[in-house]
Amino acid sequence: MDIAALINTSFFAMTPIALAALGEVVAERSGIVNIGLEGIILISGFTAVLGAETGNSWVIGLLVGALTGALFGVIHGFIGIYAKGDQVVSGIGINLFAIGFVAYGLIVLWNTPGVHMMSMDLTVPKIGGISPIFISTIILAIILNWLFKNSVIGLRIDACGENPEAADVAGVNVELVRFAACIFGSMLAGIAGAFLSIDWFGFTTRELAAGRGFIALACVVFSGLNPLLALGGAALFGFSQGISMEIAVMPGVKDIIPFYFIHMLPYVITLIVVAIAIGRKRFPRSLGAPYKRE
Amino acid sequence: MEIKKSAKKLFLSIGSVIFAIIIGLLVGALLMVFWGFDPWNAYYHLFRSAFFGTKNISTTLAYSIPLMLTGITFAVGAKAGLFNIGAEGQVYIGAVAAIAISQIAMPSILGFIVTIAFCMLAGALWGLPAALLKATRGVHEVVSTIMLNWIANFLCLYLISGSLVDLSRPQQSVRIPEALRFPVIVEGSQLTAAIFVCIAFVFVIYFVLWYLPVGYELRAVGLNPEASRFGGINHSRAIVNSFALGGFASGLAGGLSMMGMPPSYALHGTLGNVINLGFDGIGVALIGRNHPIGIIFSSIFFAGLYTGARGMQIYAGVPVEIVRGIEGIIIIAAAVPEILAIISRGVKKWTSQR
Repeated sequence: MDIAALINTSFFAMTPIALAALGEVVAERSGIVNIGLEGIILISGFTAVLGAETGNSWVIGLLVGALTGALFGVIHGFIGIYAKGDQVVSGIGINLFAIGFVAYGLIVLWNTPGVHMMSMDLTVPKIGGISPIFISTIILAIILNWLFKNSVIGLRIDACGENPEAADVAGVNVELVRFAACIFGSMLAGIAGAFLSIDWFGFTTRELAAGRGFIALACVVFSGLNPLLALGGAALFGFSQGISMEIAVMPGVKDIIPFYFIHMLPYVITLIVVAIAIGRKRFPRSLGAPYKRE
Repeated sequence: MEIKKSAKKLFLSIGSVIFAIIIGLLVGALLMVFWGFDPWNAYYHLFRSAFFGTKNISTTLAYSIPLMLTGITFAVGAKAGLFNIGAEGQVYIGAVAAIAISQIAMPSILGFIVTIAFCMLAGALWGLPAALLKATRGVHEVVSTIMLNWIANFLCLYLISGSLVDLSRPQQSVRIPEALRFPVIVEGSQLTAAIFVCIAFVFVIYFVLWYLPVGYELRAVGLNPEASRFGGINHSRAIVNSFALGGFASGLAGGLSMMGMPPSYALHGTLGNVINLGFDGIGVALIGRNHPIGIIFSSIFFAGLYTGARGMQIYAGVPVEIVRGIEGIIIIAAAVPEILAIISRGVKKWTSQR
């Protein structure tokens, strides 16, 4: 087996999952659940290609992807925080909307029901074969970890998720903190989508997300809302995806193990890891519940 | 007094559902205008091809069968406080199970019973890992059911391209034998007697939920987990029961899609004729307010959107895919339960300020 190729593929595969998971860690620590990550990744991957092609630059593509994510953060945050709506229902709605919107967009924009390829010149340039987004993701995880351990901002975010009444009394604007955390988290999911289309693949499809948003949610559960553990979880799933992609083309193996079973591997591993790791993880007390001032 | 109160609640509930549907249609219209389509023309053809004429209505009813059942899956989960979104995978498994067992030669009546029982059982078994992980380890069902959906997807693709493939038509599985196909009840449409099985099942679920101890336990856990625990209800059992009932429904959805949906009576090689049935059931349940009777109506509405979408594509040129986008918006809007109350409060505030 080509070890270098395996590691390289794993780096690519872990990046979108890590980005979405880190964003969701921040959102969940503030008390907001967003299960619409899958849809945000899908739709941002689509708009990022659109942005890159229209602006003729990967920078614009990345920006459009991030903004698309942020926009859904605004919608989800408005419903879940200010309108006191059901966060899980809103997330499910975002996922369904994304499936329909992207399938519709691919047809009306590029006249294809399946895949839209883009010019490889418009993809994010690599540094020594490694994406700058991958490096930024690692740095981001370290920064977030520091933020939650040592800073006032981190403490305030935690207070909003753990005890919003107390945070409110201490003068923290609970709704604003949650809103910001939700937008930040969705923006990272948007960057994850942009990474898939305009960095890693160089194309966009209606199956772009392929469960990564949900795998990211699994990582968040696995991490117990610790950014470094979330990164570790993403690395594990990235590695299992890397292995499945590498052995799928390996002579000898591909003749014995059916192709479909190899593709099943990351999902099976996710299920097993979550089952083993979950144990007695604690989550913020008011996670998923809107804060109503009395 | 009590009747008046519940009537008001029902009225508000229906009102906010209609409001959510209107928002969905409006956003859909915006998406059409943005890409140069005429939304009036599109919606005219959509609703005409969905609900006008015996043949159109029959086709809509035929499409409502699996949606009704996957809607039940989500609703039975929601009644127990679960977000069971595993219907998608369970439909695949139910369909494959029906195809596989129907290949064994059986006398007709026995064959129907065995095939239906087997696909329901297969659907429930596929949900079992998620149920056990939730009950024993506290694994969130959204994560586990989505993983099971993907695993089911690859497993079924493997089976229908391998041992269940139709050698004369390699793009699909072997077909349900003629003796085990539900008869068409409206000539020239796709509506078969499968709809009677489906409706009967929905009423059984209604009965189980409101008149049997199993249903009582399940609803008690969903309504007030703490109180039900003190009341001596076994949470793990309620969770497993909810997953099992949901699995029966989705497995049946898969099975009936094979036995009661002309002309193919087989599973397409890409799973094309069962794909998204489970996810669409989520919308059906949410708009039907997680109530079996509500789900019957909302499944017919959503089935109408999908049948009508084809007419819309033919006569107005708008791609059918937009319908799922509209469905997403309807659900996002339905996430705010007091949407009407909030608006009326806002209007009052605004008028009093002037």
